Amino acid sequence: MNEIPLTHILFVSTALFFIGMYGFFTRRNMITILMSIELILNSVNINFVAFNKYLFPQNLDGIFFTIFIISIAAAEAAVAIAIIINMYRSLHSVDVNETSELKF
Amino acid sequence: MNSTSIMFYIIAAFILSTGILAVTTGKIFRSAIWLLFSLMGIAALYFWMQVEFIAAVQIIIYVGGIIVLIIFSIFLTQKSGEEMPKPLRKRTLFSLLAVCFGFAFTYLIIYQYGFNSGEAPFELKIADIGMQMLSTTEHGFILPFEVISILLLAALIGSIVIAMKVKTTEK
Repeated sequence: MNEIPLTHILFVSTALFFIGMYGFFTRRNMITILMSIELILNSVNINFVAFNKYLFPQNLDGIFFTIFIISIAAAEAAVAIAIIINMYRSLHSVDVNETSELKF
Repeated sequence: MNSTSIMFYIIAAFILSTGILAVTTGKIFRSAIWLLFSLMGIAALYFWMQVEFIAAVQIIIYVGGIIVLIIFSIFLTQKSGEEMPKPLRKRTLFSLLAVCFGFAFTYLIIYQYGFNSGEAPFELKIADIGMQMLSTTEHGFILPFEVISILLLAALIGSIVIAMKVKTTEK
């Protein structure tokens, strides 16, 4: 177990964070942008669990932060999908380039 | 190089390859399915790190909840068989550059930091999580627990109110 150094796990989470960032930059559809945000949040969760396991094995704080991040991500996804469905109903599109009604 | 570390590298390659496919594939439904595989790989990574509770929570909430929600919203708003329009060549190039630079910068910092790991073996008992979550002493998490319950209630009511169809009443 401990022959894998912590930096290899951090490599996975950093790469996943920047993959999500790439999707966030290139996609123009709101649902795929939401998927990229989910990838970013998951990479943060991997970080918390790995730090808790490797650096502070006597505490449980990273586990609690992970649980709270997962529940906030669930609430955020529910609200975001409600907004997307409402926007589709009024604009017939979920493309971020066409949603300019709130611009000054 | 024993079987445990080989398992880790297989899981890591699975997570990263399905993650890349999830953000680059052309059809939106396929993108959701690749995201599902990536989240399952992350749950496998939690099993590998022997935090079984978080792995179970990951499978229940992400795979069973959020992905199903995303697939339903794709069915409600998109023509899921069609190709999405490709991003501009210039935008792809510059975001690839920004992402590669950011990754190299961040990983260089992580690589040079030199973590010193703790000595005690890590052992996760679910009873400990429950006791600490609801304890009112110094290291208890009762207050964030209550706040998050209020937040979940507010998100529930808010998403119902936002997505509700407003009846057009003519008088």
